[in-house]
Amino acid sequence: MSTDKLVEDLQEVLGDGRVRVDLLERDLYLKDASIYGGGRPTAICFPKTTEEVAGVVRVCAEHEWPFVPRGSGTGLSGGATPIGNPVIIATSKMDEIISIDPEVRIAWVQPGVLNLDLTNQVAPLGLHYAPDPSSQQVCSIGGNVANNSGGPHCLAYGVTSAHVVALKVVLPDGSIALLGDESPEPEGYDLRGVFVGSEGTLGIATEIAVRLTPNPPSVRTILLVFDAVIDGAATVSGIIAAGLVPSAMEMMDRAAVQVVEAFTHAGLPTDAAAVLLVEIDGLAAGLAASEETISEVATANNAREIRVAATPEERELFWKARKSAFGATSRLAPDYYLHDTVVPRTKLVEVLEKVYEIVERYELKVINVLHAGDGNLHPLLSFDSREEGVLERVARAAEEIMQASLDAGGVLSGEHGIGVEKRDFMSRMFSDGDLAAQDTLRACFDPASLANPDKIIPEGSRCGDFALAYLATTGKPLPKEVWV
Amino acid sequence: MNLTGLDSGLDVGVDSGLNAEHDIELLENFATEIGSEGSVTVRGGGTQWEVGGLPKADAREVKAPTGVWSFAPADMVVRCGAGTTVAELNEKVGRAGQMLPFDPPSPAEATVGGLLAVGQNSYRRLRYGPLRDLLLQIRFVNSLGQLIRSGGPTVKNVSGFDLCKLMVGSLGTLGFIAEVILQCQPVPEASRWFSGEAMTIPNKLLTELWQPSSILWNGEQVWVLLEGHRRDIEAASQSAGLAECEPPVTTELTSFGKDSRRISLPPATLKQLPKYFPPGSFIAEIGVGIAHLLADQEVPADMLPQPDQRSVALQREIKARFDPSGRMNPGRSVWRDCSV
Repeated sequence: MSTDKLVEDLQEVLGDGRVRVDLLERDLYLKDASIYGGGRPTAICFPKTTEEVAGVVRVCAEHEWPFVPRGSGTGLSGGATPIGNPVIIATSKMDEIISIDPEVRIAWVQPGVLNLDLTNQVAPLGLHYAPDPSSQQVCSIGGNVANNSGGPHCLAYGVTSAHVVALKVVLPDGSIALLGDESPEPEGYDLRGVFVGSEGTLGIATEIAVRLTPNPPSVRTILLVFDAVIDGAATVSGIIAAGLVPSAMEMMDRAAVQVVEAFTHAGLPTDAAAVLLVEIDGLAAGLAASEETISEVATANNAREIRVAATPEERELFWKARKSAFGATSRLAPDYYLHDTVVPRTKLVEVLEKVYEIVERYELKVINVLHAGDGNLHPLLSFDSREEGVLERVARAAEEIMQASLDAGGVLSGEHGIGVEKRDFMSRMFSDGDLAAQDTLRACFDPASLANPDKIIPEGSRCGDFALAYLATTGKPLPKEVWV
Repeated sequence: MNLTGLDSGLDVGVDSGLNAEHDIELLENFATEIGSEGSVTVRGGGTQWEVGGLPKADAREVKAPTGVWSFAPADMVVRCGAGTTVAELNEKVGRAGQMLPFDPPSPAEATVGGLLAVGQNSYRRLRYGPLRDLLLQIRFVNSLGQLIRSGGPTVKNVSGFDLCKLMVGSLGTLGFIAEVILQCQPVPEASRWFSGEAMTIPNKLLTELWQPSSILWNGEQVWVLLEGHRRDIEAASQSAGLAECEPPVTTELTSFGKDSRRISLPPATLKQLPKYFPPGSFIAEIGVGIAHLLADQEVPADMLPQPDQRSVALQREIKARFDPSGRMNPGRSVWRDCSV
């Protein structure tokens, strides 16, 4: 089918310069940061305003052509990967901070604003934007909204959803809607809440109101060193059970520490089985008491060293080590697959032991970096894709790790999303009825299935099933017009 | 049925005498009672029964299952039936020094499911966030009488669409909450109220104080709830010039009773309240945006956020698809103006 008319109509909305159709440029958008490829986009659009996004989406709707929203493309589950030949709507030119109200601590931003740029902009006001994914230097707020992104500090401060106040969105029919508002309990259903984490399948957020968080009065960063992973994990549970919610609690296993230390020279002990980075913040007396509790719990769990960052520089170095873990793995092998599952904190050791067993069986290398406080595992499998059959081994190991997490009462993804990567595993976590309910929600926003189609919900769970179920249960077809 | 997550937890501090099969039976009985035919409503403690209008008289009344079914202090999560009272839940998790900061006026009657379905937040939201952010997993009964699960038992989860958020504040018009998994919070070491004079809006306290739990203002006076280490509370209250006082939430205005009105406003507009209402006749939750007014006080329309028509149409579509025959809580509406 010729796409000339589609492209022409898109160009009418944005002009020639912001609709890219060169093969070379389209090929830059074959994937996000994941290993999943699929189709080739028909065109890449670069709108700058809500109205322009609406114009582009209306053109897609008129042509019944699918579109894929894309932020910085740092996603790891294939959420922004094109399937078929969709139009890609890139938000990278929508990078303005629209307004900042320091008094009530709400900022309106365009989706292309980079996570760390917002924090840097509001730093002089003593504020920051709390969700801090490791990719925060390059990932966009719009992408964070799509994936309900987390980060080390969401242990105490909550994931993206807790920081999104309201959203202006372009719906898949090209209309514009405001979801939520600046009031605390907007009337009606919480569509803001369902939009966050919907991976671009319900529309495109074009203006985002986020909550800004005051910088803590003081911070203490403690490095705990263990000779056994089990002791580190027991310390994590012990700290929580003692009534503390640190602002972050991150763990690295020996392989991770060795890779990171060679790269950052942060002074981490490369012979330790695990290091745990615990950060607490707040006021003086509370901090001192928390630090004491953490030391007691760590000592009781055989910590061989307790090192408190003595200077802001040392703290920075600890964090640099943690946040560069994944980048540093390019030293191990040219390619990596980064997993993301969550288990109850108390099951961390059990699942980690399974991870080691699985990767050994598939003759792969793994480093483990965990948001341990949240029970969020990030096993990173490194490999060389030129090696024959390695991709299949990686995929099978990843699937077994995921199943081990589910068996321990965990979930498919903590912060990377479902995308295409875990779509077909959704039915391992949810029943057909659960998935039909999710797809019913999706279909309300996007009855024509044009917004990032074939993501999240597996085939066969589409909401047609809901109508069938209704028929089967009640013996009646769905009423045609039911305005209640 | 998918049982994932049902058996996680250590059952520490809870002696429910129940097992997972028993919980499932209670949940399935609830779903069967709701069924797939006829108007139906679920009644909790009835403490907020009027919110959104009364269900039609012909609606069958059903009760949600009760019981705290598992609690893992080191995971800080608790699983319970929606009919469990807030008092019972807090009593159970309190044994491990944890709490759910829900604070309904009558915790012995108010149920967890009712509280979530209504979606009105605690006066401590400033510190602990809204109810919806503490809800990790939900099981609800849909209009077909099926048990549907969304979310997961872990504190972090982005596995599929978040129907938990859809259910909170939906007044049982899309589904009936059967069971929830909630994230607990540690009980603070100390919790004290302070007050001071404030003729203008005390927004500066939001920056001066570290994580205050509540700041209430009535146009002439401010009340502040500080929670944490007692020495930090003393130092902070002194430097802010505040004096310790009795908790103000026992006063008539903030009792959330029938004689007061609860309005949700953008926090930036709270400063306008004294223009319309004399000092002492309202109480505003600073930094949050809830205003408690006397029953006969009307807020000027331009202060209230106007509903977005496209969003309302989308919400009606959701109602129509989730409850095609309109059998769930007929008569009750999530919109102030049902004609919107």
